[in-house]
Amino acid sequence: MTKVLTVDTPALPPQGAANRPRGWRRFRRFVALPLAALALSGCTLPKFGVTKGDTTSSVSVFHLWQWFSVGAAIIGAFVLVLIVWAVLRYRRKGDNIPEQTQYHLPLEVIYTVVPLLIVFVLFAATMVVENKEVANPTNNVAVNVNAFQWGWKFSYPASDVVVVGETTQTPTMVIPVNTNIHVQLTSTDVVHGFYVKDFNFSRFALPGVNNVFTLRPTQTGVFFGQCTQLCGLYHSLMFFKVRVVSQSDFKNWLAKNRNVALYNASTKITDQQLSTLVATKYTGTIGEH
Amino acid sequence: MTDVLDPVVHHGHDDAHDEHHGPTGILKWLTTTDHKIIGLSYTVTSVLMLVIGGLFAEIIRFQLASPDGHLVSLAQYNELFTMHGSVMIYLFAGPFAFGGLPNIIVPIQIGAPDMAFPRLNALSYWLYLTGCITMLSGFFTAGGAANFGWVAYAPLSNALNSPGAGADLWIGGLLLTGFSAIFTGVNLCATIFYLRAPGMTLFRMPVFTWNLLVTAILILLAFPVLTAGLIMLYCDRHFGTHIFSVQGGGVPVLWQNIFWFWGHPEVYILALPFFGIVTEVIPVFSRKPVFGYKGMVFATMTIAALSLGVWAHHMFTTGTVLLPFFSFMSLLIAVPTGIKIFNWIGTMWRGEIWFSTAMLMAIGFVVTFLIGGLTGIYLASPPLDFFTHDTYFVVAHFHSVVMALVLGGMAGLYYWGPKITGYILNETIGKIQFWLLFIGTQVFTFPMYLLGLYGMPRRMAVYPHNPEWQHLNEIATLGAIMIGLSTVAFVINVAYSWKKYPAGDNPWDGHTLEWFTTSPPPHHNFYRLPQIRSERPTWDYNHPEHRALEHGQHEETHA
Amino acid sequence: MKQVSRILILLGAFFLVLAIVYWFMSKESGGSIMIFAGSLLCFMPGSYYGWWAKRMAPHPQDSKTGTHEEGAGVVATFPGTSIWPFTLGMGAFFTVLALVFGIWLLIPGLCLAVWALLGGTAEGRRGGHH
Repeated sequence: MTKVLTVDTPALPPQGAANRPRGWRRFRRFVALPLAALALSGCTLPKFGVTKGDTTSSVSVFHLWQWFSVGAAIIGAFVLVLIVWAVLRYRRKGDNIPEQTQYHLPLEVIYTVVPLLIVFVLFAATMVVENKEVANPTNNVAVNVNAFQWGWKFSYPASDVVVVGETTQTPTMVIPVNTNIHVQLTSTDVVHGFYVKDFNFSRFALPGVNNVFTLRPTQTGVFFGQCTQLCGLYHSLMFFKVRVVSQSDFKNWLAKNRNVALYNASTKITDQQLSTLVATKYTGTIGEH
Repeated sequence: MTDVLDPVVHHGHDDAHDEHHGPTGILKWLTTTDHKIIGLSYTVTSVLMLVIGGLFAEIIRFQLASPDGHLVSLAQYNELFTMHGSVMIYLFAGPFAFGGLPNIIVPIQIGAPDMAFPRLNALSYWLYLTGCITMLSGFFTAGGAANFGWVAYAPLSNALNSPGAGADLWIGGLLLTGFSAIFTGVNLCATIFYLRAPGMTLFRMPVFTWNLLVTAILILLAFPVLTAGLIMLYCDRHFGTHIFSVQGGGVPVLWQNIFWFWGHPEVYILALPFFGIVTEVIPVFSRKPVFGYKGMVFATMTIAALSLGVWAHHMFTTGTVLLPFFSFMSLLIAVPTGIKIFNWIGTMWRGEIWFSTAMLMAIGFVVTFLIGGLTGIYLASPPLDFFTHDTYFVVAHFHSVVMALVLGGMAGLYYWGPKITGYILNETIGKIQFWLLFIGTQVFTFPMYLLGLYGMPRRMAVYPHNPEWQHLNEIATLGAIMIGLSTVAFVINVAYSWKKYPAGDNPWDGHTLEWFTTSPPPHHNFYRLPQIRSERPTWDYNHPEHRALEHGQHEETHA
Repeated sequence: MKQVSRILILLGAFFLVLAIVYWFMSKESGGSIMIFAGSLLCFMPGSYYGWWAKRMAPHPQDSKTGTHEEGAGVVATFPGTSIWPFTLGMGAFFTVLALVFGIWLLIPGLCLAVWALLGGTAEGRRGGHH
């Protein structure tokens, strides 16, 4: 379509020509198709990089991730198509000066209100999943997790069991399947991060703060964990594992590892550390090569 | 009644003193108060910081190309990513964004002879330069540079866990650059409030200047908080206070609250000027006015206002913050950002788009920022943030966004370079630079999104053996190499084009006031000024028959 | 000036509402104080400009039909070259280094800073070099 040099017609206010039909048709094409594909596929959305995980809340988080990703993909594709279309279609063809459109109020209102509505929907979905995740039911097994430079300590107050290990010793937190695990997480020195990818979850271990959360594992197995918050020299090596076992195996394991003296001594050390916050293993060597 | 578009001499003050005398050489540089020279110094210094930060990045990426890299030790790695982040954010992006191009361009865009407080402006630059030297000299101390991350969380940053001068030099460098920023904020506000030329009402200012005004207000709101926090950290380290340590009744997480109260507005302080650059480049190379000017201005103000209420979305995993409040506010910020993206598209729509390097960079900015912005929306949802926080997903998100800023910065340099220096940069080399930078950015960030989702935490010097992780890391390193090459291309371009292609006053048929004056502008910026009757005074002067009419106005018929 | 005042007061009002909402929702004092301080920071210049705008003649820069003839005359004083910003910068540099390397660095630091402040003030009163 050739463009002729136009002169602004005096009587017309400079509103943009309504390009709504074209935009709307394009929009329908690009939204209808993926949505139809979605419906036809029997509602199995792509994973978008995340897994269902192995706790009850990890599944809800996974679904939330999928729906957020569907939204992001649709909006992203829509906007990208607009950009690519504009770049290709409106390439300069001569020395013409195009119509000097400055605004189009209805369109601007639409692309203010529609994103706002999307935000409300995203927030509502977020709140539903979040309320599930932060719930702390009362029937549970208690585990205290203590992060320190550069390892983890898992203690089971009801059973006088304690497991501790540093860096590549990779201490293992044993928990029973299909049970509410009530975790109290703290640190005795700097901030650490308790992160298990297969639980779609992480939480900071803060000195002086008892972070409380509940996990309910749904599968047995061994799941890898790492510290995610920078905590000094061996931050990269602060590994741990979570081993989910059957409930009877868990009882046996507790009985086998019960050690009142060790538990009390360990608790005493932790309490001491918490009150003085002196890291026990810090040697101060800089520049380890 | 004079024809409204005749140029008229503006300045009543005595310009006969145009200096042909005065200090020369290095003394001229040390004593200058000319905003153009100060801004140019800022730009050169910040680009040098970009190169230094980039070198740190390349070392990091080479270390991470294999799971147990031996390029650097664990301790050195912690210094590397700390200084990479610190140099890039505190020493490159901020000063480039509000001290470099704005110093040069804002006064000219509003028809002012200089900034409101020229000597304060010069002081800002010296504080910035000495801040750079201070922070980087940590590398030359016995304990090495700061190594606690660019965010310096307490208690890791206290005297027990981070002894040594490197940490204190980091704090000192930030005190200097912090005051530099605050003084620039004051200067920008005063200049924009008081020194606009007649007819240049607030709502006729270019969007770049508007964004800088809002940035300046944000600087004044946020930077004092950081400065206060740094002083508190220094006191904890040296004067035996217990503000951030549990022993003695302090609260470590208070550091995070204070830091991020500054930290979130900071990322908008970084982003808004680059939004402004892009909002200047796209209209000119589409030969249309900005689409939705008032919407752009209100979106900018909304972003700034909201940005003061979202800081704890960086702290969702601490378990100590009010999740619903911060989640909602953070999701809300997507709306004005979306308005801006739609307005940029609307500007290009039905235009006559001309793909100069500046325009390519600007379009690259919009695409990359779209990706980074969309991934940010996930992070605004606490359940989704819980498992992506401190993983490579977050690293990918913010690198998408900051690489977009780099693209925008390059757009600004290619667009305004001719105005500032009088010479155009070579377009072919520029396009090579663009493709390396744009494609390199996507090759660099996309694997990191996946790495984060597959479980790789950030700030890891080594990682477990996992062929999938290693493969993705290798691709990310390749992307980083491409980005590095693009920077080399830029340096080559500057050297190759040195004084080669004279620009003339208005090589791009620009719209705003700076294109009316010479390239480079004279002392005190203008010999003559057109009448200012819209937000595109130069365009109106050059293309009177294509003026975008004010609402309700009708075009006067010319005899 | 009136427009500037309105924008700042609007921002200040927004931050005030935000601070109140945040306080009642979270009872967290750190953030509430910081947001509230932000609102004060906006009200302060906003109300000053509003007060001043009522008492001054409108500037041609705030008028849609402002002409260059109206704006003719001295725009402002722009001090030309000056060594004092650099000197003050050096003073600040040494003062900060004193935080790191020892209190003795306060001597050159504060000396340079004070000298720069005095010299710069004197230069300003004399009109500076051009």
